[in-house]
Amino acid sequence: MEKIKPKIYKKKGPIVEVFLRLAKNKTAILGLIIVAILIIAALAAPFIFDYDDVIIKQNISNRLQSPSKDNWFGTDDLGRDIFARIVYGSRISLRVSFTAVAIALLIGGFLGAIGGYYGGMLDNIIMRFMDVFLAIPGTLFAITIAAALGNNIRNLIIALSISSIPGFARILRSSVITVRDVEFIEAARAIGANDARIILNHVIPNSLAPVIVHTTLNVATIILTIAGLSFLGLGIAPPAPEWGSMLSSGRTYLIGHSYITAFPGFAIMITILALNLLGDGLRDALDPRLK
Amino acid sequence: MENKPILEIKNLVVEYRTDDGIVQALNGLDLSIQPGETHGLVGETGAGKTTAGLGILKLIPDPPGVVVDGEIYLDGKNVMVASDKEMESMRGYDVSMIFQDPMTSLNPVMTVEDQIAEVYELHEDISQADSLKKTHEILELVGIPAERGNEYPHQFSGGMKQRVVIAMALAGNPKLLIADEPTTALDVTIQAQVLGMMKDLKDKYNTAMLMITHDLGIVAEVCDKVSVIYAGRIVEQGNLVDIFDNTRHPYTEGLFNSLPNLADRTQKLKPIKGLMPDPSNLPTGCPFHPRCDYVMEICSKVKPPRVYRDGAHYVECHLYNEENIKKGGVIERD
Amino acid sequence: MWKYILKRLLYLIPVLFGVTLLVFLIMSVAPGDPAKVILGEQATPEAIEQLRVELGLDDPVLVQYMRYATGLLKGDMGMSYKSKDPVAVEIVARIPTTLKLTLSATLIAVLVAIPLGIFAAVKQNTLFDGLSMFIALLGISIPIFWLGLMLLVLFSQRLGWFPSSGAASWKSFILPGVALGFHSMASIARITRSSMLEVIRQDYIRTARSKGMPYRDVITKHALPNALIPTITVTGLQIGALMAGSVLTETVFSLPGIGRLIINSIQGRDIPVVLGCILVFTIGFSVVNLLVDLLYAYVDPRIKAQYT
Repeated sequence: MEKIKPKIYKKKGPIVEVFLRLAKNKTAILGLIIVAILIIAALAAPFIFDYDDVIIKQNISNRLQSPSKDNWFGTDDLGRDIFARIVYGSRISLRVSFTAVAIALLIGGFLGAIGGYYGGMLDNIIMRFMDVFLAIPGTLFAITIAAALGNNIRNLIIALSISSIPGFARILRSSVITVRDVEFIEAARAIGANDARIILNHVIPNSLAPVIVHTTLNVATIILTIAGLSFLGLGIAPPAPEWGSMLSSGRTYLIGHSYITAFPGFAIMITILALNLLGDGLRDALDPRLK
Repeated sequence: MENKPILEIKNLVVEYRTDDGIVQALNGLDLSIQPGETHGLVGETGAGKTTAGLGILKLIPDPPGVVVDGEIYLDGKNVMVASDKEMESMRGYDVSMIFQDPMTSLNPVMTVEDQIAEVYELHEDISQADSLKKTHEILELVGIPAERGNEYPHQFSGGMKQRVVIAMALAGNPKLLIADEPTTALDVTIQAQVLGMMKDLKDKYNTAMLMITHDLGIVAEVCDKVSVIYAGRIVEQGNLVDIFDNTRHPYTEGLFNSLPNLADRTQKLKPIKGLMPDPSNLPTGCPFHPRCDYVMEICSKVKPPRVYRDGAHYVECHLYNEENIKKGGVIERD
Repeated sequence: MWKYILKRLLYLIPVLFGVTLLVFLIMSVAPGDPAKVILGEQATPEAIEQLRVELGLDDPVLVQYMRYATGLLKGDMGMSYKSKDPVAVEIVARIPTTLKLTLSATLIAVLVAIPLGIFAAVKQNTLFDGLSMFIALLGISIPIFWLGLMLLVLFSQRLGWFPSSGAASWKSFILPGVALGFHSMASIARITRSSMLEVIRQDYIRTARSKGMPYRDVITKHALPNALIPTITVTGLQIGALMAGSVLTETVFSLPGIGRLIINSIQGRDIPVVLGCILVFTIGFSVVNLLVDLLYAYVDPRIKAQYT
């Protein structure tokens, strides 16, 4: 296991320092650029493509067209432009994953932080509870919840965030425990700062490095899970242009029209790749000793 | 008794080339050790002492380390041109090294006796049973009961671990032993024990030793000859008495003045001002000039030449010339 | 050591009850009445009500759970709502397929990843290192099901080397094994490389070299055993991921394993079967984790010391 130890900054301007280190890492910058392009695409998509007219409207006369000048990635079995749907699909992947990660970070982070900080009974109860969650292999849990609750975006977000909570709880707990007993925290306690203040002003900022890295990589995992769930028909239902369900709908046409399946897969892969590059780069930048 | 030296280093220049710049670890190191002799290499942290030790074994990490210039002869063999195979047959057998930190120098997942026995198995045509028997003998020799041999390093205390490391270094009965701060990581009482033991063993086997240390007390106790290293270059070299009683270089002087005088505790310590220079950006001329109390105009411009007091004792300092070096230091000593 | 194993197995019991309770609660708040799903849209309210009573669905959730849990203690996993067969029978029939799939994926992953990681670390910053780490990066980025589909198109439909579905022979498990194992292979290779790089820089590696040991031997005898510790952790976690991934892989390759069963049962609201499948996966995952911990003790005497 890669140990991520919190870096305790004494100098000022740690953010600048981290950014400078990140900027030196070419692959991380590549990842950052791709992620930025994706976010821009997701934001701009509704202004470029009309949802009703381009994204979901069927156009049978134009179905199963191979990639061409008019349809860069070809058209699907219902005659819709695959490129437009992929661009629009980034909205779903990013919105769902960001929301789910934010929720998981808040709840998991809170549980892990108070457990790690106070220790004792409270910590024990929280962690035993997390053990139950962790005992079920990762995505399987998300599959179960998503399937049980029925497929819509809200339920999908619930499923994904619940299955990500234990990871965040663990990360925060262990980094809180490492910084909890460091001298400057004791110093803060000695001058009479209360617990909430210590946690917010001292413990959390010093646990940030592993959390940032885990968050980035977790977004990647969640995007993969969304696609997997939709592929199984448990995530986001057609006709919404979700990458996994687009990919799944191309299965019938694998022979002769494999591009229907190939392009959404590339989109997922490039997104995950970029997030991983960025995550690795952040880890190296935040903790140079691990390099 | 000038016979063939066991170790001869000539003008060794080593750089560490990193993204942040070139670190000049050694800038023309000269050193030679006779068989059976103990040579102290004294200096502050970062002066290039460990690099010198690793250089002899040809184990300078590459990258980032690059040997830019120089020659090393180990028992007459040219290390610089030796093949990997030749080096492997010399390491642990002709020359071995005791590393600074016994806590990290032993493989945590291997028993102590297996780690020592490897030395025999690598260099001698020996059965496993015999190598284990010899291992137990050497463990006893360094004061560890043989039956503890099948324990793991984490079951040993720091002092015991260092004994294991020493046993490992002595197992091949080397002609030269490089001891890199062998006692720094140990408690003071253990330090004396370990040092005493090393001295006995060295005498017993007539091993030559390069004692790398920052501790002048250790030097006084075990060394025959002393080299004072500063910023990767030897600034003063001589016999033990030369260095201790006829100190010439201001830096050597400074090292002595940094030590508390137990006889007169009212005397104030006079530590050397400033810090070791940044080795990736060494001062021009004499690298010690920014910290030197006797700095002259020439010191920042010209590298000081080597001036000999006698055949064995020399300094590299602009304060001296052939004449005044014999008379005694221009530096007044309290 | 045995005491430790026993302790771990005993601890598994409350965890398993926690897991089943959790899944029970989730399934019970889920929309969709199992009776309605089983009987179909046209069923009369009376027939549905009768089936509900028959299946015990009219009791409060906790009563239902208690009934399930007591059954479980006696080794009874209940009956499938749909087929009326015992859940254990349904699951046992499908275990071999899933086991073969996850085993072949694990083997492919471990056998490729560890040598790849070691060589990449030893040859750090060479073309080989760059190339293998690029492949590893692709590996962690490729969706399993997509890789599976692409492999199907290429090797089964275009080249005809492997069957595209079913579990008839060992050949049927090659493509699914690769598809499923590739992601884990990538993760294991990455961690092996980075822990190897970390270990190579340790002082005891220098000590071993200073004894005159050839570099190759230093790597295999001194560096590798130390570098394996994080590798084992990740491999254990990856086996969990493989189990979850088997759901997707079995779907792509139409393999009749537990993964398929769980998806069908969830859609059919066949709660006892869903619980049974999750239970089996959880037990499998926990046993793997226990084995991982025991393996630690085997490679690292410091950890062994803590167990006794």
